[in-house]
Amino acid sequence: MAVNRKSRSMGISQKSLKSMRRSIPRYPTGNYHPNKENVESRHRNARTLKWSAWLGWQMESNWADPFLFMVYSVAKPIAASLILVVMYSIIAAIGGGPDIGLFHYMFVSNAFFMYVGQVLFGVAQIVHDDREHFQTMKYIYISPSNYFSYMIGRSVSKMVITTFAVIITMAFGVFLLNVPLNIFTINWLLFMAVMVIGIFCIMAFGLALAGLSFLTAKHQGGMNEGIAGLFYLFCGVVFPVSILPSWGMSFAKILPITYWLELVRRTLNLGVGMDSTLSGASTAYCMAILCLSTLIFSIVALAIFKVGDTVARQKGLIDMTTAY
Amino acid sequence: MARYAVEVKNLNRTFTTKAVRGKSKKEIVKALNDVNLTINEGELFGLLGPNGAGKTTLIKILCTLLLPSSGEARVLGHDVHKDTNAIRQKINMVSGGETSGYGLLTVRENIWLFSQLYGIPSKEANRRIDMLMKELKLEHKKNSKVRTLSTGLRQKANMVRGFMTDPALIFLDEPTLGLDVNASRLIRDFIKNWIREKPSRTVLLTTHYMVEADELCDRVAIINDGRVLACDTPDNLKKLIHQDSVLKLEIRQVDNVTAFENIAGVRNFTHSNDMASGITRLKFILDDEAIVADIVAAVPKSGSKILSVQKTEPTLEDVFVALVGRGLTNHEV
Ligand SMILES: Nc1ncnc2c1ncn2[C@@H]1O[C@H](COP(=O)(O)OP(=O)(O)OP(=O)(O)O)[C@@H](O)[C@H]1O
Ligand SMILES: [Mg+2]
Repeated sequence: MAVNRKSRSMGISQKSLKSMRRSIPRYPTGNYHPNKENVESRHRNARTLKWSAWLGWQMESNWADPFLFMVYSVAKPIAASLILVVMYSIIAAIGGGPDIGLFHYMFVSNAFFMYVGQVLFGVAQIVHDDREHFQTMKYIYISPSNYFSYMIGRSVSKMVITTFAVIITMAFGVFLLNVPLNIFTINWLLFMAVMVIGIFCIMAFGLALAGLSFLTAKHQGGMNEGIAGLFYLFCGVVFPVSILPSWGMSFAKILPITYWLELVRRTLNLGVGMDSTLSGASTAYCMAILCLSTLIFSIVALAIFKVGDTVARQKGLIDMTTAY
Repeated sequence: MARYAVEVKNLNRTFTTKAVRGKSKKEIVKALNDVNLTINEGELFGLLGPNGAGKTTLIKILCTLLLPSSGEARVLGHDVHKDTNAIRQKINMVSGGETSGYGLLTVRENIWLFSQLYGIPSKEANRRIDMLMKELKLEHKKNSKVRTLSTGLRQKANMVRGFMTDPALIFLDEPTLGLDVNASRLIRDFIKNWIREKPSRTVLLTTHYMVEADELCDRVAIINDGRVLACDTPDNLKKLIHQDSVLKLEIRQVDNVTAFENIAGVRNFTHSNDMASGITRLKFILDDEAIVADIVAAVPKSGSKILSVQKTEPTLEDVFVALVGRGLTNHEV
């Protein structure tokens, strides 16, 4: 695959070397000036972010066979869409008669829920893989770069790859399943704002989970799957939140993903009106909730990393391997 | 300016192992027990000890992976607890006997990634990677995927990763573990040359291999059960134990050995004749090493000729046995 090969050679290509040479200050030699050190550490973190994102991309795309990779990255989202069609048919059969609005609701929600599955939980998985499988965590950890920057870089690549999958899924839906997406009536500005804040929120939550994964062994990864399941059930992905019992609805209303998916459906104008739970809430209100929870999760993520860091060093968890 | 690369005071580290449901009790392991140690800048310092002695634990604390339970540890003047960032800019660590790295990436890409975590400019990073790969004879594998490499080659790649950052102090945890004779030699020579290149460079290595410690290290600390039992140059350590020198001679067969009896400074003298090969074997245990000459001079007096001379010295292994109470097996696995 062309994209793949190109980005791989980017690792050491002359072009990228030149651009980096221009942008990076000289390697620290001898005496550190506090100000200089600040600048250097900022540059180092920027590079860490860039190259960990590169690493993430390599890990996901560096398949032995580029053809297989293509098939995989297209086939997987399409297979997921087809499963959805089956699920919808069953729901429609039980519910007595098809409701095409419900299908559009499910389709859009599922497509965008991929961000939750891939970015949110994928990021936590990185911690376990780096520590136990690749055994690189300790070496990354003792480097002068910030581990948090490294994790942000890794989640950025997850985000980019998921974006491809979402676009493929939506295209499949529009062209083959008659999902009525009208790109001319979309408020793109609002949509972009919803996406940026939503993805921020998901990444922040993912980093918080990654911080917790720092303190747990690989086999405890079940915790993450449990949370993923909760989100799937309560955030209005497979069915409208309004069919949940009242306690379930209250629970859904404290999960920011519920608001995000609602905003995505509203801005894309798909499956709107299926869910009465948030119908009274204005778009501005939903945005405010999303912003607020993004802020909270970001602070929580940073705090967990800060505390987790000390705890991990106290308990010797950074190079812990478990027999599994 | 005399400065310590490592300064450890009353360092303790305990681990609490969790109880396995119903089966075992909660156990407290004292991995490091009141350790005091200083390593000078420019020194090649060895930690020698049996399995479970606490070598790796000490290295982990010094390279900021693990916090001490109590006591103080300073690396290049910085406290491991408070000045983590300052330490990380100046050190690196390589542990042997593991297969770390992203198998899907090439050797070069793996190392490149780390060079970027250290903020090394691209040109310089490439120069160092090329140079180190050449020195460690890994050049031909630089574009191979790490997962296709043998354990030994992966270990070499890990060495390149560690030295590529040009650390002021590098920690090597059993760098030759599991390597064949040639690869071990290459690594040892590399370490010796590396530290010679700049007088400010310091190496702390751990090993099971006596010969390695003896050959490489300026000073060696012998550690067992979390305690430092002795710490000195290999030569001084050998002087610690007063093992008697033994002199063995093979001479052309003589019937009369009276010339060798009653030489002052010989504590014990035995002899045996090997009729078949016409050799007389003499064994002297010496109180004073200076009398070797007197013994050799007595050979012509007895009317014979020297065929071979052998004097045995205490080895680091003897020192180890004397201190730890048991030997170190070099042939595990
Ligand atoms: N994370 C941990 N949890 C519990 N006990 C530990 C942990 N790490 C080390 N120990 C214990 O601390 C002691 C010292 O271990 P350490 O790994 O430092 O020994 P070592 O000298 O490096 O041994 P080896 O030669 O086998 O590498 C051992 O008894 C070990 O079981
Ligand atoms: Mg060890």
